[in-house]
Amino acid sequence: MMIQIFAFYLFALLTLLAALSVVFARHPVHAVLWLILAFLSSAGLFVLQGAEYVAMLMVIVYVGAVAVLFLFVVMMLDVDFAAFRANTARYIPLGLLMAAVLVMIIGLAVGDWTTSSQMAERRQSLTPLIDENHNTSALGELIYTDYVFLFQSAGLILLVAMIGAIVLTHRQRKGIKRQNVLSQMYRDPKASVALKDLKVSDGNPQ
Amino acid sequence: MIIGQDIVTLLPEIVLVLYAMVALLWGVIFTKKDSSEDSGRLPLYVTSLVLFALALWIALNPEETRLAFNDTFTDDLLARFAKVTILLSAALILLIGREFLEAHQMLKFEFPVLVCFAVVGMMVMVSASDLMVLYVGVELQALSLYVLAAFHRDNSRSTEAGLKYFVLGALSSGLLLFGASFVYGYSGTTQFVGIAESLTTESSTGLLIGLIFILVGLAFKVSAAPFHMWVPDVYEGSPTPVTALFATAPKVAAIILLARLLFEAFGEALQHWQLILIIVSVASMFLGAIAAIGQQDIKRLMAYSSIAHMGYALMGLAAGTPEGVQSMLTYIAIYVVMNVGTFSFILLMKREGRYVTDIDSLKLCARQMPTHALSLLVLLFSLAGIVPMVGFFAKLYVFLAVIDADLLELALAGAIASVIGAYYYLRIVYLMYFGDDDGERLDRPSSLVGQAIVIFTALIMVVGVINLLELTEMASRATQSLFN
Repeated sequence: MMIQIFAFYLFALLTLLAALSVVFARHPVHAVLWLILAFLSSAGLFVLQGAEYVAMLMVIVYVGAVAVLFLFVVMMLDVDFAAFRANTARYIPLGLLMAAVLVMIIGLAVGDWTTSSQMAERRQSLTPLIDENHNTSALGELIYTDYVFLFQSAGLILLVAMIGAIVLTHRQRKGIKRQNVLSQMYRDPKASVALKDLKVSDGNPQ
Repeated sequence: MIIGQDIVTLLPEIVLVLYAMVALLWGVIFTKKDSSEDSGRLPLYVTSLVLFALALWIALNPEETRLAFNDTFTDDLLARFAKVTILLSAALILLIGREFLEAHQMLKFEFPVLVCFAVVGMMVMVSASDLMVLYVGVELQALSLYVLAAFHRDNSRSTEAGLKYFVLGALSSGLLLFGASFVYGYSGTTQFVGIAESLTTESSTGLLIGLIFILVGLAFKVSAAPFHMWVPDVYEGSPTPVTALFATAPKVAAIILLARLLFEAFGEALQHWQLILIIVSVASMFLGAIAAIGQQDIKRLMAYSSIAHMGYALMGLAAGTPEGVQSMLTYIAIYVVMNVGTFSFILLMKREGRYVTDIDSLKLCARQMPTHALSLLVLLFSLAGIVPMVGFFAKLYVFLAVIDADLLELALAGAIASVIGAYYYLRIVYLMYFGDDDGERLDRPSSLVGQAIVIFTALIMVVGVINLLELTEMASRATQSLFN
C-alpha cells in the first residue's frame, strides 16, 4: 500500500512538473521531450488505476507516434517559436477562460457520474472486475467478437486513408534510375570487371 | 456458427469491399509504370457494372428485416431502398463522368476504387442502428469523398475544395462524436434500440444535448443551412463528376441515416427535435432559393439548389409521421434522378473542346442541340417543381404530409421558397432559348452515354407522372419497415 501511494505521488507530481515545463520550456525540442515525460508519467497513473491497456496506448500511440511526430515537426519546419512566445501574454485571459470552462465541464460530468441516482447501477455494470478479467483481454474479447464488424470497417478507413495519401501526393516521374536489387545481385563480376596491365606512368599525361 | 448469418446479411457490402480491393491490386500490379496513359477506363466500366449488379441483387433480396452483429446493423426495406438508390446513382455517375476524367488526365484506377469505398460507407450508414456503426460509416464515406474532391490535384481549386471539405468535415465529425459520447454517457448504450428504451423511462437533458450535437453533425453532412458554408466552394472546386456524386448518393445516405436515427432511437423525443428540423428546413429552403439567384457558375448554382432540396426533404422528416418519412423517401429518390440528369447535361457542356460551367455559355444552346436543351428544360422544370413534372409531385407529397401533421405554416414557407427558387431555374431556360446572341456556342455533345442519360431522365420526369413508377408504393413499404 505504501508503495502504491508513493508511486501515485511520484507520477502525479512528475506529470504536473512535466506539463508545466512543456509550457515554460524555452527550447521547443525540450518542450517536446517534457511532453513525452508527461505522457509516460500519466501512463504510470493509468497503471495504478488498473487500466493497463490505456497505459499501453499512452506509451505506444502518444509517446511512440504523436510525440515523435511533434519532434519531427519542430525540427523539420522552420517555425519561429520566439515570435510565438512573444505575444503569449495576450492569450493568457482567453486560455484561463477556456481552462475554467473545461474544469466546469469535467466537474459537471464527474458530479453527475458520482451523485446521480441512475448512475449507481450503470457504474457497476460497465467494467469487469479487475481481479477476474484484465481490461486488455476484456477489450480483446469484445473487439474480436461483438465488434468485429466495426474493427474491420475501421481497417477499411485506414486503407482509404492510405490510398488517398498515395493518390494525392505520389508522382510518377519519368526518366529516373531506380535501384534494381536483383539485377545488382545477379551481376557477374567476370562480365563487368576486367583487370588490365598498365605500364608505369601510362595514366599520367606527363 | 453464429456469425454465418451476420455475414449473409452483410454480403453485398462484403462483395463490394472485396471487389474494390481486387481492383486496387489489379491496378497496382498491371498498370504500366512509365506510360502516361490513364489506367482507369476498364476498372471504371467494371465498377459501374458491379454497382449495377449489386443494386439488382439488393432489390431482389427477400422482403424481410434482418439484423446482424448484435443488432447493430439493420438490413430492412428502408436500407435496401437507400442502397439501391445509392448504388444506381454512383454507377450512372461513373459512366457520365468518364469523358471528363479522361480529358483532365484524372482517370486513374484509384478513382473507381475510392468511389466503391465511399459507396460501402454509405451502405453502412443507411443500415446503422448503432452510434458506432453510424460513425464508422460516415467516416468511411467522408474520407473517400475528401480524396475524390481533391482528385484533380494539380488544380488549385480542386485542392482547395478537398482541404475545405476535409477541415469542415472533420469539425462536423467532432461534433457528431461529442454528441454521441453524451448519448452514450446518459443512456449507457450506443444501440438505437437501447437509446429508445432509456428515453421511455427517463428524459434526461444530457441525452437531448447529445441529440442536438449529433443533429448538427449530420446537418453538415446533408448540407442543410445553417451548416452549409462548405457546399458552394466544394461543389465548384471539385471535378464535375465528383460534384455530381456529392449532390446525389451521400445526400441519400445522410438523410436516411438521419431518419433512422430520429425515429428508431429518438422517436420518443419527437417534440424536442421537431422544432430543430423545422428551423433547419426553412433556413435551407430560403437560403438555397435566394442565394442561388446571383450565381454565374452552374455548379455553384446546383450547390445552392441541393441545399434548398435538402430543406424540402428535411421538411418531410420534420412532420414526424410515417407519411412524412414516406414523402421524404419519394422526394429524395426523385431528387437523385433529376440531379443525375442535370449533371450529365453539365458534363456535356464544352466550348472549343474545353469543359465550361458558366451559365452564360448556355446562351441559345437550344439552337445548337434542341433535344438536349428540351431535356434540360424538363429537368429544370422538375427541379423547380412546376406542375406537369414529377418534381412537382415530390414536393406535393411533402407538403401534404406536413399539412397532415398540423404544420401548415411550414408547408406555406416551402411553397413560397419554391416560387422564389423557380426563378433561377427559369433563368437558365430563358438563356437557353432567348439569350442574346454573342456568337459563342457550345460544342456539339460527344459523350453518347451522357446524352442518353440526359434524355432518359427527362423522359422519366414526364412519363413518370402516370404512376410515379410505383415509387410511392416502394417508399411506403420502406417506411413501414422503419416503424415496425
